[in-house]
Amino acid sequence: MIEVRDVHKAFGTQKVLQGATLTIAKGEAVVIIGRSGGGKSVLLKHLIGLLPPDRGSVLVAGEDLACMDERKLLQVRRRFGMLFQMAALFDSLNVYENVSFVLRRERRYTEGEIRRQVAEALEMVELPGIEEKLPSELSGGMRKRVGLARAIIYRPEIVLYDEPTTGLDPVAGDRIDRLIRRVWEQLHVTSIAVTHDMKSARTISNRILMLHEGVIYADGPTDSILGSTDPILHRFVNGISTPQNEGP
Amino acid sequence: MFIPIYQRITSFLRDLGEVSLLGAEVVRSFRLSRPSWKDFLYQLHFIGVKSQSVVITTGAATGMVLCAQTYFQFHKVKMDTATGAVVSVGMSSELGPVLAALMLTGRVGAAMAAELGTMKVTEQIDALRTLAAHPVDTLVVPRLLALLVSAPLLTAEAILVGITASWLIGVKLLGIDSAYYLVNMNRYTIPEDVFNGLVKSVVFGVIIAMVSCNKGLTCRGGAEGVGRATTEAVVIASISILVANFFLTLFLARLFKG
Repeated sequence: MIEVRDVHKAFGTQKVLQGATLTIAKGEAVVIIGRSGGGKSVLLKHLIGLLPPDRGSVLVAGEDLACMDERKLLQVRRRFGMLFQMAALFDSLNVYENVSFVLRRERRYTEGEIRRQVAEALEMVELPGIEEKLPSELSGGMRKRVGLARAIIYRPEIVLYDEPTTGLDPVAGDRIDRLIRRVWEQLHVTSIAVTHDMKSARTISNRILMLHEGVIYADGPTDSILGSTDPILHRFVNGISTPQNEGP
Repeated sequence: MFIPIYQRITSFLRDLGEVSLLGAEVVRSFRLSRPSWKDFLYQLHFIGVKSQSVVITTGAATGMVLCAQTYFQFHKVKMDTATGAVVSVGMSSELGPVLAALMLTGRVGAAMAAELGTMKVTEQIDALRTLAAHPVDTLVVPRLLALLVSAPLLTAEAILVGITASWLIGVKLLGIDSAYYLVNMNRYTIPEDVFNGLVKSVVFGVIIAMVSCNKGLTCRGGAEGVGRATTEAVVIASISILVANFFLTLFLARLFKG
């Protein structure tokens, strides 16, 4: 469904991606792990065409995003939903207007249908009845759940999550993880998340890719990656900062 | 010394290129999508209705000062009654449109750059794009349309208020004969003066919208970046208005002479 071939990306002199290559099949739940500032979010933004690669190609259902202009990309993005790191809710709109944004723009639904679908989406993220609240009145966890409702209301095929649990307390983070898992199971979407939270990665994925020094360094089932004895993987997964502190 | 000049030139060319590309995208947007009436009306209220106090105050102050200064000079050569004509022509073709546009730049242009810049740095623009909404369709076009409607109306208001204020000062305070004041004003103010002012205001509206939206959409960094984008939007739009005014004055004068 998604194929990334030899993607390079640099910002000025800083090379972020240096030949990243990966394939994600329909219905998978994939997590991309890697050090902070290592290019995970940049890679995620390439998958939806928010950033163009300097070199290489990104194919979604066989279509190369690198060859498309912004208006063509808008059509491809209808397949995607995305939850941003800080939720990126439109702060001038209330929850109802945020969640219903796509449905209202499509002008295909009556106001009653939109209201029903918004209520369903908010129910799914366990936040019923907050339609009239403004984003500034919500906690960090609630904002992310509203962001998730906005991302799934139009039933996308692929949902991207950029650091879904960053900045949340463990309980709120666990709640988000369960919701991501539920969205994947109930809506049968392809789920792709970027995180450095290993507990979250274990909960929401069945496959893990590790981005290291601009390339995909490791790729495998969740349990095998998290239990790997490879020194780089082992240090990252167990949060060991230097080789001297490396475990047995 | 040469490096700052070189940087200024490249920065100017980059801004010009970005605004041109944004302009091309706006034209595509008019062709391919339907503007949102709700967003347009919201912007019309923000730009048109809420800018009135600023524009009225500016128009009145300018009309009064221009009237007083003109009277002080003309009184020496016994041409008191020509004061109204000078104020009327000046307000209609130059001061009304330019000062209204500069005030709109400060109030509306700064707000546009800051709002769009904040949306950019908090990933709200990216969120729009993931929701299959083009930022130009959603954010730029309603603002541009609202300015195209508001700028000439606010300019007409500034001109009217300026002339009225000058009449009050000239006739009630400085003692110019009202009948001569009005007759001379009508004699020397031709419809082209008002038309020129309104044409200029439309061009200035486009400049404010395009420069401010471009600065917001290309904003980088956090709060500092938003601050820089806002300042640059106001400075660039203001200078562009003053430069454009000069060329528009020459062009429109030639148009009506030819």
